[in-house]
Amino acid sequence: MGELVSPVLEGRGIIRRFGPIQVLHGVDFALNAGEVHALIGENGAGKSTMMKILGGYLAPSEGELLLDGTPVRFADQRQAEAAGILMIHQEFNLALQLSVEENIFLGRELRRGPFLDKAAMQDAARDLLARLDCHVDPRTRIRDLSVPNRQMVEIARALGRQARVLIMDEPTAVLTNRETDTLLTQIDRLRESGTAILYTSHKLDEIRRIADRVTVLRDGTQVLSREAEGFSEDQMAEAMVGRELSDLFPAKAIPQDEVVLEVEGLSVPGRVRDASFTLRRGEVLGFAGLVGAGRTELMEGIVGLRAATGQVRVMGKPLKPGSVLAAREAGLVYLTEDRKEKGLLLGKDLTQNLTLLALDRFGRLRIDKAGEDRALSTAIKEFDIRVNDRAMLAGSLSGATSKSYCWPRPCWRSPRSSSSTSRRAASTSAPNNRFTSSSPPSPPLARA
Amino acid sequence: MSDTIQTKAPAPRRRLNLHVLGPVLALIALIALGASLNSNFLSYGNVTNVLARSSFIGIIAVGMTFVITAGGIDLSVGSMAAFVAGVMIMSMNALVPVLGIGVALVLAGMGVALIAGLAAGLLNGVLIAKVRIEAFIVTLGAMGVYRSLVTWLADGGTLSLNFDARSFYRPVYYDGILGVTWPIIVFAVVAILGELVMRHTPFGRHCAALGANEQVARYSAIKVDRLRMATYVVLGVLVGLATIMYVPRLGSASGSTGVLWELEAIAAVIIGGTVLKGGYGRVWGTVVGVLILSLIDNILNLASIVSPYLNGAIQGVIVVLAVVLQREGKSTD
Repeated sequence: MGELVSPVLEGRGIIRRFGPIQVLHGVDFALNAGEVHALIGENGAGKSTMMKILGGYLAPSEGELLLDGTPVRFADQRQAEAAGILMIHQEFNLALQLSVEENIFLGRELRRGPFLDKAAMQDAARDLLARLDCHVDPRTRIRDLSVPNRQMVEIARALGRQARVLIMDEPTAVLTNRETDTLLTQIDRLRESGTAILYTSHKLDEIRRIADRVTVLRDGTQVLSREAEGFSEDQMAEAMVGRELSDLFPAKAIPQDEVVLEVEGLSVPGRVRDASFTLRRGEVLGFAGLVGAGRTELMEGIVGLRAATGQVRVMGKPLKPGSVLAAREAGLVYLTEDRKEKGLLLGKDLTQNLTLLALDRFGRLRIDKAGEDRALSTAIKEFDIRVNDRAMLAGSLSGATSKSYCWPRPCWRSPRSSSSTSRRAASTSAPNNRFTSSSPPSPPLARA
Repeated sequence: MSDTIQTKAPAPRRRLNLHVLGPVLALIALIALGASLNSNFLSYGNVTNVLARSSFIGIIAVGMTFVITAGGIDLSVGSMAAFVAGVMIMSMNALVPVLGIGVALVLAGMGVALIAGLAAGLLNGVLIAKVRIEAFIVTLGAMGVYRSLVTWLADGGTLSLNFDARSFYRPVYYDGILGVTWPIIVFAVVAILGELVMRHTPFGRHCAALGANEQVARYSAIKVDRLRMATYVVLGVLVGLATIMYVPRLGSASGSTGVLWELEAIAAVIIGGTVLKGGYGRVWGTVVGVLILSLIDNILNLASIVSPYLNGAIQGVIVVLAVVLQREGKSTD
């Protein structure tokens, strides 16, 4: 290839605002044919927004996109796809009730006359999946597939569409090491065939292995963009965080001896088998595992949101199973991973969300509005929640802000004696420690 | 540490299970029950009667299957049928002096019915897909409007087809080929075409995709708005077609024509295994559902164990039971 090849897809000075909040502050990003360009950054750094802009899902507020050197504006994702730009989503973009084959060919079905050519589509789907070492029957419905297999279907779908530009949003977050290897081999093949690939991952060893170029984002600003050659994982992490890694986390408090939460032989049918652990006062207990390994289900089982067997003891007292109310009374509070769906009432304001769990403390018959307002002030101060307008709706918070906002909610619940318990217990359930490659693959998974 | 279990990797392919077999078994059981209770049950006359009476709801229910599969609902079909019947009868009466009694008049009437059905379906579709008003609200409104319009057109009474025209048109309901009457033939053709379209064309597949996840459908370059509108238009045309078969039966329309047809059609679709929330539909199941509902009615009328007045109660229980039996476990996440 010649030297003067212009990038296939390029964003110049991309700025994006959501309402008053600016998420991207003039980012330049170029994707060349036959190159894997990694985009890394912490959660909330603006990676997803940047990818969505490149993929045609969002329009930039300012700045321009160039396709083969000519400025373009994609009215929607369909136009981007017509130009050969495809995005593999982190949140699965599959219809659960449809089969593997139906999903792979959705919107571009093969036909014979007016009818669908199912046999041809099934064969093609099987071939695409075989390239990914994924041997599911194309007739299986997506809802019956495991999470890694769903990811493979999503990737197969993009492979089948002959993309010139492939944007991959953390494709390996749900894959085991072996599956990741297969995927990386496929990415190599695509690179050789001249596809331009944007790759994101929190696993920096993968970035080292696969990327030709790396661009680092921090708080919506481009920190650096360089050849991947000679860019160590530590350097990447430092560039992402903007500090020495040694002061990433504050010193750990030393846990006390008193056991506040004991879980014994807890099973959630079909998801978790026989989980036991204890949690002491002042302790932070982390649960690692791939998406779909059962972490969320375990936490939901503990707080009574899911039917579970086994025993949970808070401060030595057995907890009535299957009752969120009992868990709440015992001072056990669950902060959901998924803020938008289960965590917040997006259409309600901050105050209502804050005190929902503990409304009985703000008056039985008439709600004490002034008290609620004071609570919000305290929460904003103590948890450093960045809001411009106290009356804003929870749905208009930015991703990172809504996360910090979720924190104080349980604290209004906290019964005198075990306030630290609730907060610590909650911290076990935030499994978002995908920062470096340190999270080990989950133990060999038992078959049902 | 906890011992976790992943969702089973090699998922079995769709198995023949209660979801598929349930309605068929229920239908067979009903036929066996009917035959054992009354020797006339399987007679030519009774079978023809049951099938012909099912055909109106059946034709509409096939269209309803597409609407529901695509994640929509249409509550207006019963009133719409009454309104279309009223318009059809009035147009034919008005055309008698021009066209005389003959094939031309009947064809003109049929054309009016189909166009009226198409227009009504298009109106629903535009309001739902383009103006983006909830399907439930739009069709609830339309249900009231059409019901009221037909009552108003009939001035509170009955709209009757010109007597000669009625005699000429009657055979469309009562005659047929080889002893199979026209409504049954039309119902069968609509059902077979519907099944083909649902299972073997991109249209059917796109309907399921739209009902399963609109976002996914949109991202898959499916023209979601047009598709959604098309489902209501198809249903409207089928309501027109059902009316064409219905009018020659009595030759009249009134404010009480087609009352509760919408609920019977929806019930048939659900009994047949289509998911009310959308994403999965099967036309042959709907046909089975329609037959189950008519057979219950028929058996209660033939046998005197249970009062026919309890028909509605039994049908209601069956609809709820069907949904309970077909519930596909809890959703995975």
